Amino acid sequence: MSATISHSFWNNVSYNARRYPLGVAGGIIMIVFVLAAIFASAVAPLDPFNTNAKASLAAPGPVYLMGADMMGRDVFSRLIHGARVSLAVALGATIIGSGIGCAVGLACGYIGGWFDLLVQRVTEVMQALPLLVMALVITASLGPSLRNTIVAIAIPLIPTVARVIRSNVLSLREMPYVEAAKATGMSEWRIAIIHVLPNTLAPLIVLATAQLGSTILTEASLSFLGLGVPEPYPSWGRMLSESAAEYVRTAPWLVIYPGLAISLVVFGSNLLGDALRDALDPRQRD
Amino acid sequence: MLTYLIRRLLLMIVTLFGVSVAIFLLLRIVPGNIADILFDSAGMIDPSEKQKIIADLGLDLPLPLQYWSWLNGVLHGELGFSYVSEKPVIDEILPRIPITARLAGLALVFAICAGVPLGVISAVKQNTKLDYALRVLSLSGLSMPSFWLGLLILMACVRWFGTIPIYDRAPASIWAWIAMLAIPAASVGFRSSALIMRLTRSSMLEILRQDFVRTAKSKGLSDNAVTYDHALRNALLPVITTIGVETAFLMGGLIVTETVFNIPGVARFLVEAIRWRDYPMVQNLVMFIAIVVVTVNLIVDLLYMLVDPRIRYSE
Amino acid sequence: MAPVLEVSGLSTVFHTRRGLVRAVQDVSFSVNAGETLAIVGESGCGKTITALSLMRLIPQPPGEIVSGSVKVDGTDLLKLSEPEMRKMRGSKIAMIFQEPMTALNPLMTVGKQIAEMVMLHDGASKQVARDRAVEMLHHVRIPEPARRAREYPHQMSGGMRQRAMIAMALACKPKVLVADEPTTALDVTIQAQILDLIGDLQKEFGTAVVLITHDLGVVAEVAQRVVVMYAGRKVEEAAVGDLFAHPLHPYPRGLLGSIPRVGSARGLDVSPDERLREITGMVPALNDLPPGCAFAPRCSLADAKCHAQVPPFELKQPDHFAACWQA
Repeated sequence: MSATISHSFWNNVSYNARRYPLGVAGGIIMIVFVLAAIFASAVAPLDPFNTNAKASLAAPGPVYLMGADMMGRDVFSRLIHGARVSLAVALGATIIGSGIGCAVGLACGYIGGWFDLLVQRVTEVMQALPLLVMALVITASLGPSLRNTIVAIAIPLIPTVARVIRSNVLSLREMPYVEAAKATGMSEWRIAIIHVLPNTLAPLIVLATAQLGSTILTEASLSFLGLGVPEPYPSWGRMLSESAAEYVRTAPWLVIYPGLAISLVVFGSNLLGDALRDALDPRQRD
Repeated sequence: MLTYLIRRLLLMIVTLFGVSVAIFLLLRIVPGNIADILFDSAGMIDPSEKQKIIADLGLDLPLPLQYWSWLNGVLHGELGFSYVSEKPVIDEILPRIPITARLAGLALVFAICAGVPLGVISAVKQNTKLDYALRVLSLSGLSMPSFWLGLLILMACVRWFGTIPIYDRAPASIWAWIAMLAIPAASVGFRSSALIMRLTRSSMLEILRQDFVRTAKSKGLSDNAVTYDHALRNALLPVITTIGVETAFLMGGLIVTETVFNIPGVARFLVEAIRWRDYPMVQNLVMFIAIVVVTVNLIVDLLYMLVDPRIRYSE
Repeated sequence: MAPVLEVSGLSTVFHTRRGLVRAVQDVSFSVNAGETLAIVGESGCGKTITALSLMRLIPQPPGEIVSGSVKVDGTDLLKLSEPEMRKMRGSKIAMIFQEPMTALNPLMTVGKQIAEMVMLHDGASKQVARDRAVEMLHHVRIPEPARRAREYPHQMSGGMRQRAMIAMALACKPKVLVADEPTTALDVTIQAQILDLIGDLQKEFGTAVVLITHDLGVVAEVAQRVVVMYAGRKVEEAAVGDLFAHPLHPYPRGLLGSIPRVGSARGLDVSPDERLREITGMVPALNDLPPGCAFAPRCSLADAKCHAQVPPFELKQPDHFAACWQA
């Protein structure tokens, strides 16, 4: 029995893989970055923190594959270690934001009444501020640190997730099979766990994947502005800010590679997110 | 319709009130008293000086009173004084607004002019090579940080023209300022155009499957008449809403773009104020941004009502 | 009198991931001016695809009309170029759809949607077309037509929208009107009004009507001839009275058996024969048809031959055709 289930599961996976080749490409990009982040110390050819005055602004070559920065640190190794920071912030913020958002959304859908109204007003307040502005103000208030950056990016995610989950719960509760479950005397909690939660999972996954990209971009922007992840962590965004405009003329590799890393990983998560949306959320299918 | 408008305006005021409370509180939970920071940074030692700063800034008052005096000032157009320049906040903010407004306007025009037609083409040519190319283009637009795109463009300028465009406070003509702002506007607007393009495409595909499109075809209308007279107008409705949401996002993009291109607008000024811990400035700037976002959303809603008769007549 | 609409050997397929779906196979019929032909069958039997094939509105790909001819006044629509076909749509052959709620453009006034077509086909000026739209709305008995013409679809009820659809379809006085389940989405009381309206306008304009429906009550009320379709093929064709009195094919017999009659509804004195019957089983998937008669798996009379060979569609009684080995 379990053999047939896993067989059909793999059939399903291979069917979807053939159907969404771009999603598979996105998944591969993400896996490569995640592996690089996990095994950063093993993969990186040089120590990302090791400064070397002689190698200052060295052009890309056999030793420094993607060149070296002002302080002679290897750009390639710093990019690999930077993947750790970027992905940790992105995953942390997405998980915290989606988790809280999901809980708030479920609560709104279930408790309703004054609680729902209050949350909706708070949501509107939060949505009156652009993501980056809110993240900036929160970091300004909490002070820059890895943990605070995660928090600053997670909080603005909450309203969007809460909104989607709330409307999902409300429409699910009107579904005939939920009404039927109610009619057979199933308790609200059992209905919530058996029927409603699994059905909000698909949109939650879709939304979270879609947000992964924007959290990476927000982290990069914060760090670029010097208000994100502080030293000594190598962050892609800060690598760009250190180099920014002055190196455009003198050391283009300091501009090209970190931006490429950000764009590639966000591109991968967007491809994956699109495919997941098409596969998991039939209502949004083309 | 009128009741809707009044309701909408009241909600807007409630939202802005909420924003003001939220920002005020956020900036008071800063670790360390503002006076301490100022005190340290100014290198002052005399404790009486510190007491004087606290009193000057009203920091010895209870929080509700502090909040009230700020709100009261905002309502009367008195925004207090910058900690850094010691000039009235309003005098610092006002001259920077038109710069950012022009840049944002130009970026939005670029985003709509590029996004909508390309989205339509992509939908009409669904699953052709052109469609795939446009989809990859829009997805990469959503993936690139706008400040990196800005840097790449600067790099291209260096390569081809040997120089970087420099911001000029008093351009010679309207064409000079369009030329000056075109590059930053395109680099910040690219993301918006990519989003608008994606949305136009999916909305268009959705509409092209609708019954009324088949009806239009059954009347003997040409493909162009069906696509543009019937489908496109319907497909643009959700796009209008996104343009509202996207304006908020554009504000975020402007912060980094103004930084990259060294444009002295309000958006970059916010970052500077945060770095200098100039809290009266931050507080008022964020409030200003919230007002802009909420107002844009109101305008978008009104626009939507103008375009969609179902909403116009429903109240 | 030569028929206005002559369909012969029409076959439409869909190329799908699950293989070739033969939605319509070798369907032929003809309709005279002022006459109504009903095409009856369950959902999925190919009747709507037949209707869309007549208009050449099959989405292509995945659909394709593979053979046959559709002649309107002697012109074969399937041989026309797309621009030539566009000139026919609306002016010579028009269509009414099932869903009046979604079949009209929500952002355009009803009057404009009608006028647009008049301008297109008759080359009328804007003003003339507007007047014609109001006149047509008056024709379909919409009160205050001049005001209604300036309204948007959402301001009208379902029945009124369907009237507006009819006004639009008939605005250029087409020879043929294809009505795909025009009353299915409407309340029963409105259904009768709409059917009466179609009948009256048909008499006035001499339009040939192809009525697609699953409702045998509607057929009895308005049609002169009936074509019964099953799994993409015609299984029986006859005059309405004839078919209702002596259905030959077991499928229409089953369909007629599943309509309750007044006597049987009381449940008293009902012989086993008169009891309300249902047709057991399901319609076969069109990409996986059985080798023989498509109805055989559900047919109580089916024998080995039925399962092995497709029965030919042939004359069984005077002016009464059927495709059945047992009839």
